Amino acid sequence: MEENRNGINIGLLITSVNFVFVCCLLLFGYIAAGDIIADWFKYSPKVALTNTTKKTTSASHFDKAIDGIHVQTGLVYAEGFEVVRGTCTTCHSAKLVTQNRATREGWKQMIVWMQVTQGLWDLGEQEPIILDYLATHYAPKAVGRRANIDLAEVEWYILNVEED
Amino acid sequence: MTKNKQKIGIHELYAKDPIEADKLLWGRVGEPKSRRGFLKKSALAAISLALGTKMVFADYFPRGIIPAALAHSSEAFELEGKRAGLIVLNDKPINAETPPHLLDDKLTPNDLFFVRNNGIPPREVNLSTWTLTIEGESVRQSKTYTLADLKSKFKQYTYHITLECGGNGRKEFNPPAKGNQWSTGAVGCAAWTGVRLKDILNEVGIKSNAVYIGYYGKDTHISGSDKVVISRGVPIEKAMEDESLIAWAMNGEAIPMLNGYPLRLVFGGYPASCSGKWLHKIVVRDKVHDGPKMTGQSYRVPCKPVAPGTKVADKDMCIIEAMPVKSLITFPKSGVMLPLGKQLPLRGHAWAGARSVTKMEYSIDFGMTWQPCNLSAPKNRFAWQQFDAKVSFPEEGYYEVWVRATDSEGVAQPMLLPGWNPKGYLNNACHRIAVKITN
Repeated sequence: MEENRNGINIGLLITSVNFVFVCCLLLFGYIAAGDIIADWFKYSPKVALTNTTKKTTSASHFDKAIDGIHVQTGLVYAEGFEVVRGTCTTCHSAKLVTQNRATREGWKQMIVWMQVTQGLWDLGEQEPIILDYLATHYAPKAVGRRANIDLAEVEWYILNVEED
Repeated sequence: MTKNKQKIGIHELYAKDPIEADKLLWGRVGEPKSRRGFLKKSALAAISLALGTKMVFADYFPRGIIPAALAHSSEAFELEGKRAGLIVLNDKPINAETPPHLLDDKLTPNDLFFVRNNGIPPREVNLSTWTLTIEGESVRQSKTYTLADLKSKFKQYTYHITLECGGNGRKEFNPPAKGNQWSTGAVGCAAWTGVRLKDILNEVGIKSNAVYIGYYGKDTHISGSDKVVISRGVPIEKAMEDESLIAWAMNGEAIPMLNGYPLRLVFGGYPASCSGKWLHKIVVRDKVHDGPKMTGQSYRVPCKPVAPGTKVADKDMCIIEAMPVKSLITFPKSGVMLPLGKQLPLRGHAWAGARSVTKMEYSIDFGMTWQPCNLSAPKNRFAWQQFDAKVSFPEEGYYEVWVRATDSEGVAQPMLLPGWNPKGYLNNACHRIAVKITN
């Protein structure tokens, strides 16, 4: 797999000088080697984006941040974002990050759990960057023993009931 | 309507993994020889529906590419076999819950039934070659059945059985627990048709030292490795109950792919993770099954109560068996406004793990007083029960209607969160809706 993917990458690098032909090349690539291209997509989401939304001009819109939130992933767009996206969303949805809250220690435990049970690699010097990001932007909130109904989320509507 | 932040646009899914997106969205998978997109009829229908027209030359359309006509779409997509309106918590693996107002039916429709996947469902299912093997150290012989064998050799049964994820309600725990942050909707009740597990185990022959059964399914690990995704099970006594089924039909139809097509286990009253999907092997063990997600902290709670936030060693965690009493208001949807003097019709479901619900009440004053609801008998053991009431309000203003179920052992739902546990299981706190009475 490894040498195959490298081979394809080199071929694409050469060809992508002419951007117009990227789409055609990938189409050809599917016919020739769908699985290899699939692997390649995983590590180059931006190319996949360019390809799949080429006609829409919305690719850049999709890969940018609005109100501090990265549109595509829903992650907070701040220092450490690129490392977190590159590391975490390789294997799972960004939603698994954004819906959770934990202290730095709690996030560390999740990383260890993924390393022990899910095949996550040693994060090396990226680990403190990731932990800083997560502990800053996805920290627990104090809600007591039970939070109020989230009234900001309630959509009020009028119910018409029949006379008894 | 779900909120925008809870939806996933078509682009996000394709951008991350186009091949996977194809499979999830349309059930479209690559045809091995040509590597072209191969569209199952159902997938073609789904694409055609979304496009609003028939897709010509669909078979030649490469997999992993958004059809151009859909490329502008930022609409939330429908999961294969699922109606729009489910709240997608996670798209890799797929986890989606049903908002309470969409659970109003007595039997949850297949396209509204929640999805809790740990891995990726199988890509290809061939009904004629699908088999179920029974083996393990506590069977007298190992035996393999085709689907046709199961349907022809054993008596078929249909039961209404409630399935609820052990982590349903996790979102409310504080300190928060990791994992999919289920709100209230990882529950549903369907009419499951299949054969009794005990009939099969009896035909195979079980040794007297059998303690537990474990399942293996055809789902694959999201990392792409060949690791077993999840392999849980139940004590042999639970496996031998009349309502413990190996099912191939759900509400009279094939089980949706995301819910375990073509074959799954159904164990009422236990965490739904015991009810293995895409079932192809059952092992009968002479000890508690030790497959992935049976051990460590998974689907376990502290054997003895702990303070919120306590770190609990694996050896002090015990397997969850029967789930606690619980109820859900399915009508009206939270946020209802009603003129003073009108009565609010209230209804929903109540269920109680291995027990039945014997009392159902509502309160409009945060539990100071409780009024009775009408409560139906369960269709069979493990079926949820229906409650209803007409609620009157004394004056205009903001109210919350809370409901509380009590089970046959006299155990009721708490209004606050029940005992904190590290993984956030078993939240059966009372459900409530917001109500405004206007003049």
